[in-house]
Amino acid sequence: MARTVWDSTVGKKAVMAVSGLIMLLYLVVHMIGNLKIFFGPGEFNHYAHWLRTVGEPFMHHEWTLWLVRVVLVVAVVAHAVSAYQLSRRDIKARPSKYVHSKPRASYATRTMRWGGIILALFIVWHVLDLTTGHVHSGGFESGKPYQNVVDTFSTWYGNAVYIVAMLAVGLHIRHGFWSAAQTLGVGSRTRDRALKTVANVLALLLTAGFLAVPVGVMTQVVS
Amino acid sequence: MKLTLRVWRQKNADADGTMSTYEVDGISPDMSFLEMLDTLNEELILKGEDPVAFDHDCREGICGACSLVINGDAHGPERTTTCQLHMRSFRDGDTIDVEPWRASAFPVVKDLVVDRSAFDRIIQAGGYITAPTGSAPEAHATPVPKPDADFAFEHAECIGCGACVAACPNGAAMLFTSAKVNHLNVLPQGAPERETRVLDMVAQMDEEGFGGCTLAGECATACPKGIPLTSITGMNKEWLRATRKAAKR
Repeated sequence: MARTVWDSTVGKKAVMAVSGLIMLLYLVVHMIGNLKIFFGPGEFNHYAHWLRTVGEPFMHHEWTLWLVRVVLVVAVVAHAVSAYQLSRRDIKARPSKYVHSKPRASYATRTMRWGGIILALFIVWHVLDLTTGHVHSGGFESGKPYQNVVDTFSTWYGNAVYIVAMLAVGLHIRHGFWSAAQTLGVGSRTRDRALKTVANVLALLLTAGFLAVPVGVMTQVVS
Repeated sequence: MKLTLRVWRQKNADADGTMSTYEVDGISPDMSFLEMLDTLNEELILKGEDPVAFDHDCREGICGACSLVINGDAHGPERTTTCQLHMRSFRDGDTIDVEPWRASAFPVVKDLVVDRSAFDRIIQAGGYITAPTGSAPEAHATPVPKPDADFAFEHAECIGCGACVAACPNGAAMLFTSAKVNHLNVLPQGAPERETRVLDMVAQMDEEGFGGCTLAGECATACPKGIPLTSITGMNKEWLRATRKAAKR
């Protein structure tokens, strides 16, 4: 069955849909967590610390966190590899362009591939910046996420990279969520409007929620 | 009407093609687009030039033979087939670009004619029922619920012209294949091959080198028969169901 799914264009899209939905679920949780920064360093740092102790005593220290990380890495890799292979195939299937061509599909639809590449690069930067601290702008201190976040968003490039990526994620979700529903066969004529609305609301809420943090730092609400 | 046409000319499958410019005069707004091309070809033949090759057959909008991407739209600006597109959709003095369907699975044979036999092979892979044929069976022998009959009919409207492939940015044949799958899979007559049909037809579609679906929706916009985009959703559902069932066996 795994072979059939991976070898088919329809199956590979299903892999993209499921991995995309896993990442989307994570983003919702991640955004809600981020918003705790507006309640001060105490609450935010406590939340960050709690993430390492989830599931104790059943789970050992950081086990849950690593479990989530593994699932996310698998989802990102599955999503990206499927996207790469399908895109290669799509480009090969339409080798010559029309002389008379016009852009038609919505901006979100047309930017899925470039948006995906931007997001992949962003994830690498984001982890190196705020998880490992390798490219962090200030003095990165493990266990002090509040200060680390403020440091990042006190630089112009930190803000620029983050804002571009969050707009890209919004556009990606707008087309991606609705598409995932079609790929998994749950879309229908009667449900179409509801699915599009949910996609737009999710895209808007996540973009706004994530952007609230750099905007908060820039306006000194968070400092 | 006086028009400037820019038409894709390509001697054969291996030759390089190019857009050639032609002027046509005395076009009536009531002519169909194909009649306008006939007028051009008559002039070309009188001048001893090679007429423009294009596919056409019934000229009634029901056979699926005619094609042409007109000003970037498959079958032109109206939602119909090229043979049913009339020159009143254009203005006197317009410049019109005419190109063949573009997809690697639809290689150009000559000028505006492409080889669409990939569609035939998709049909051969499962676009049929294995019920014995013969004289028409008694209509009430196999009851079909009215909503199912309507659903099947909507998808059965597909004439296999390939506009969906031509319009798709990925050169995908999803709308064509899904129309055939949905048409037969919803009916009791098509039930015995419900799983093998969708699996085999999708496999053949991939085999032919068509692209995948990114749900841009261009196919459904271009379709002269109004096959809805949800047809693809329906096929995806059937494919996933059939894959699960095959794994259980």
